[in-house]
This record gives sequence, C-alpha cells and structure tokens, in this order.
Amino acid sequence: MFKYILSRLLTFLPTFFGVTLISFAFIRVLPGDPIVVMAGERGVTAERYQELVTQFGFDRPLIVQYGDYLWGVLQGDLGNSFVTKKPVWDEFFALFPATLELSFCAMIFAVALGLPAGVIAAVNRGKFFDRALMSTALIGYSMPIFWWALLLIIVVSGWLGWTPVSGRISLLYYFSDSTGFMLIDSLMSGQKGAFASAVSHLILPTIVLGTIPLAVIARQTRSAMLEVLSEDYIRTARAKGLSPARVNGVHALRNALIPVITVIGLSVGTLLAGAILTETIFSWPGIGKWMVDSIFRRDYPVVQGGLLLIAVMVMIVNLSVDVLYGYINPKIRKR
Amino acid sequence: MTEAAHIEPVAELRPGRLREFWHYFRENRGAVMGLWVFAGFVLVAILADLIAPYDPTQQFRGHLLQPPFWQTGGSLAFPLGTDAVGRDLLSRLLHGARYSFYVGIVVVVISASGGILLGLVAGFAPKWLDTLIMRVMDIILAFPSLLLALVLVAILGPSLTNAMIAIALVLQPHYVRLTRASVMSERTKDYVTAAKVTGAKLPRLMFITVLPNCLSPIIVQGALSFSTAILDAAALGFLGMGAQPPTPEWGTMLAEAREFILRAWWVVTFPGLAILVTVLAINLMGDGLRDAFDPKLKRS
Repeated sequence: MFKYILSRLLTFLPTFFGVTLISFAFIRVLPGDPIVVMAGERGVTAERYQELVTQFGFDRPLIVQYGDYLWGVLQGDLGNSFVTKKPVWDEFFALFPATLELSFCAMIFAVALGLPAGVIAAVNRGKFFDRALMSTALIGYSMPIFWWALLLIIVVSGWLGWTPVSGRISLLYYFSDSTGFMLIDSLMSGQKGAFASAVSHLILPTIVLGTIPLAVIARQTRSAMLEVLSEDYIRTARAKGLSPARVNGVHALRNALIPVITVIGLSVGTLLAGAILTETIFSWPGIGKWMVDSIFRRDYPVVQGGLLLIAVMVMIVNLSVDVLYGYINPKIRKR
Repeated sequence: MTEAAHIEPVAELRPGRLREFWHYFRENRGAVMGLWVFAGFVLVAILADLIAPYDPTQQFRGHLLQPPFWQTGGSLAFPLGTDAVGRDLLSRLLHGARYSFYVGIVVVVISASGGILLGLVAGFAPKWLDTLIMRVMDIILAFPSLLLALVLVAILGPSLTNAMIAIALVLQPHYVRLTRASVMSERTKDYVTAAKVTGAKLPRLMFITVLPNCLSPIIVQGALSFSTAILDAAALGFLGMGAQPPTPEWGTMLAEAREFILRAWWVVTFPGLAILVTVLAINLMGDGLRDAFDPKLKRS
C-alpha cells in the first residue's frame, strides 16, 4: 500500500510543476504588455509602470522569474490582486467556504437522488421505471445548466415566489462569519429565521449545480449494478432465499459502489466548472464568481493564482480518490 | 503482393460490419430518434438562410418583446415572439443552429485529429516520449475544462473562433488517452506482428494497420465531444466570452435575455430549449453508437 501511494505521489509531482508552469506562463503570454493590458482604461503612470515591472519581476530573466514564482507558490505567496491589493491567497481562502458549502450540498443532493435512482433503474431493467429514470438522467446530463438556472428562477422565484433570486442570505441578518459556512454561522448566530433564510438561498443553486453530477451518478450506479447483478454470488444469494431488498441493497449495492465512488470523486472538477456558471447566475460570492469577475476586471494576478489553486485542489482530490480506490480494491495496486 | 494480401480482408469485411452496426444501432429507439433530430438540426443549419422568415439581425422597432403567437399580443408574423430590440426570435434560433453546428464540427475535427495523432505517437513511441505526452495531457486535465477554456479565451480575446480553439484544446486530451489505450491493447495482437513481419513501416503500421481498429471508441467520443463543444461554446457565450452580440448564437442570446427573465419568458426559454434538444439528440446518438459498436458488452 505504501509503495502504491508513493507511486501515485511520483506522478503527482510532475503534474504539479506543469500546472505551476502553465499558471506562470499565463500572464506572460498575454498579447501586448501585460501591465498596460491590466491597467486597461485606468491607465498607468510611468512611475507606477516601473514599480510594477519590478514587482512582477519582468525585468529579470524568465528562468529566474519562474524560480521566484515557484518559491513563492510553495510558501503560499501568489502575489497581490491588481484591484484590491490584497494577497490572492487570502482572497481565495476567504471565498472558498462559500463554494465548498455549495458544492457539498450539491453533491449530497446528487448522491441522495442519484444512487436510489440508479438502483431502482437497474432492478427494473427494461421496464417503465428504468426507461423513465434513464431518460430523465440523460436530459439532466445534456442540460445547459446556465439555462436550467434561469428557468428555475422564472418558475420557483418568479411565478411561485418561493425562493430568493441571489446571494447567500437575506440582508436582514447580520452576524460574523466565524466559519465561513453560512449554514453553520446562521445557526450559531441564534437569530430567528437566519438559518431558514440561508437554506432558502441555497436551494436553487444546489439543484442547478447538482443536476449534472446527479445524472452521471444515476447512470453510473445503474451500469455498475447491472454488472454486479449478473454475478454468480448474487444468484447464490437469491437461491439461498434472501429477500430481494437484501440482495439488491446489501450484496449488490456494496460492490457496485466502488466505481460509483470513483465517479463521485472525479466529478469535483465538473463541480468547480459548474460553480463558475452557477455562482455567476446566483451572485453566490464564491471562487467561481470571483474568477469570472477577475477575468472581466483583468485582474490577472488573481486569475493566475486562482487557476493554480483550483487545479491543485482538483489534483489533490483525484489523488485521494486514487489512493482510496487502491485501498478499497487491492487489485488496482498491483498494476 | 504483400500489400494486396494485407488489405484484402479489410475490404471484404467493411460492408458486413456497417450492416451489423446499423442492425444494432436501429434496435435502440432513442438513438434513432436522436439521429432524426440531429439530421433536422443539420438541415436547419444548412438551410437557415432559406427557411428563416427574417434576417436574424433585422430590428422591428414597433415589435419589442412581442410574445409568441399563442399568447395575447402575439402574432403569426413573429411565431416565437421578438427580443428586446425587436428581432424575430425564430429567425435567430434557426441561424443559431448554424453556429452551434459549426462549433461542433470545428471543435471535433481539431481536437480529434490532434488527439488521435498524439495518441498514436504516444502508443508507438519510446517510453520517455510516451510519458512526456501523457504528463502534458494530465496537466491539461487537471484544470476544470470550462475554467481553462475561459482563461484561454481571456488571453486570446473573446470571440467565437477563440472559444472554439480553447474548447478544442481542452477536449483533446480525452482523444489522446482513448487512442493510446486502444493502441496499447492492439499493438500486441497477432495481426500487427504479422504486418510488422511483412515489412510494414511505422507510419503504415500506425495509420493503416492499427488505427482502423481503434476507431470505435474514438467515434463515440466524437459524438460526446460534439455535444460538449456545443454546451461549452454556449456557456462561454453566456459568460460574454464566446460569440459576441449581435451574433445569434444560442448562449449569447441567453446572456442578452437575462435581464428580461421575469418579464418575457420566451426570450430565455427558446434558446436554452434549442441547446438542450440538440445536445440531448447528440447524446442519445452517442449512447446508441456505443452500444452498437460493442454488442457483446452488457447491452443497456
């Protein structure tokens, strides 16, 4: 097992350096002078220009610049935002809980509905339930989620008036964000209605962000279940006279879960990509919206740092999934 | 002589294979439906100029935000209503098919040809080159695809062409991985050894002996990335980083319609519905293709 983890880590490192190289290159391959581009219509004085050249290190050889950049990255120094002047690292981790909270809820939503849907479809293979569930899953899988979000806003917020349109909590409530997770903070604040307000703000973004993972999980669960259900030991279990619920729910589902867990782990990247759209539409103050805003503000140090942090995060999750998978399924380790 | 002996069995097999494929594909009703819808979509894309009632950018100042014909205030002159500056929604949707089709084709061609080439090279190359190529692909895959595409477009400047380039680049590693994996499993088979023994050179081995036998997963991937390309291009357009207004691209249309969502449901509903139906049809087809290419696999 230790050897397996080590070998995984060894493939992690070159990818990590590659990712730093790409984010390093980002500012430097911008067409034109990066400082002038970033300053945009704001303009920049000759003095400030010189200052920025030194600050970004553009006056030194590329290899030295990269060395400095890498050294900074390893120490958690990603430079400062061009607009707010605050460290990119601090901004990222101030906003990250919002994205984490939303992604976590979306994942729970996707698993809670996707797993049963996949199991029911597999058990009723070829029958009405199977067809209905899988058609719905394919529609979810093909969904342009930015449009789905707008539709839900029209119907649920507009016509029915059930949920708010944007933000994380109603402006009526104010409390310190000790954890950064609105659900926990609103509970701890003890203010009446704060928690309900936080939940109602979460519902639509959760559904929108969870839709594609939900469809993927349902499809994956179904095919994994079908594969397991044709195994001999399932026939044995049935022959022993176990109840169908026990055979399907315990014997089959347990083994079908292995590929499903992988899919869940690998959809973190999808989730973050989806967060870009979801957060933009619902004005959710997380890293997805932050990245889009920074791109439009030409705040390139932020884009550069955010790109790196997001990629590293996805890589760490993938690595953990790999290790977990090797732990659950020893056959994988041998390869 | 050796060459003729080499090609003959392939030529003999082709028609039978195609018929077999169609036999299995036809069994999947969803896939056939998807194929019909897709054919309709292609037809609309080709004939947009002829069938659209108006020019997609022509503004009818007297008919701003007019609802579809079945609602009060609507008229058959503008069957699906008009947008905020009085452009006919139906005409814009029909022309939008053209952009989506164009995006799909261009992205699939660029990403597939680049990916297949790199995958073949990685599969046949010495270990160091293989490792190098695959590591670079890992690096690209480490970024969430939409984010990387977004950043690439930010560098290149927002336009439909740049969006297509960015999406193609982001989708291409999947082809590399697929091709390489198939090449790896085909390479050790007897027919490849036989071709080698008869003196086939490396390019021949790569493109003529091995590649045709690796094509089925790649074709399925082609269908899937066609729909991903349409979705991502629309998402970029929606974020203002794809096609620029007044281009009647579906995602861009949605972005323009956003501020009217509570006043005029049709300007938001129809472009998104067009994206959904097109993508759904292609995905249905993709599922059918996958099953048809692999009839032995658990048919689902």
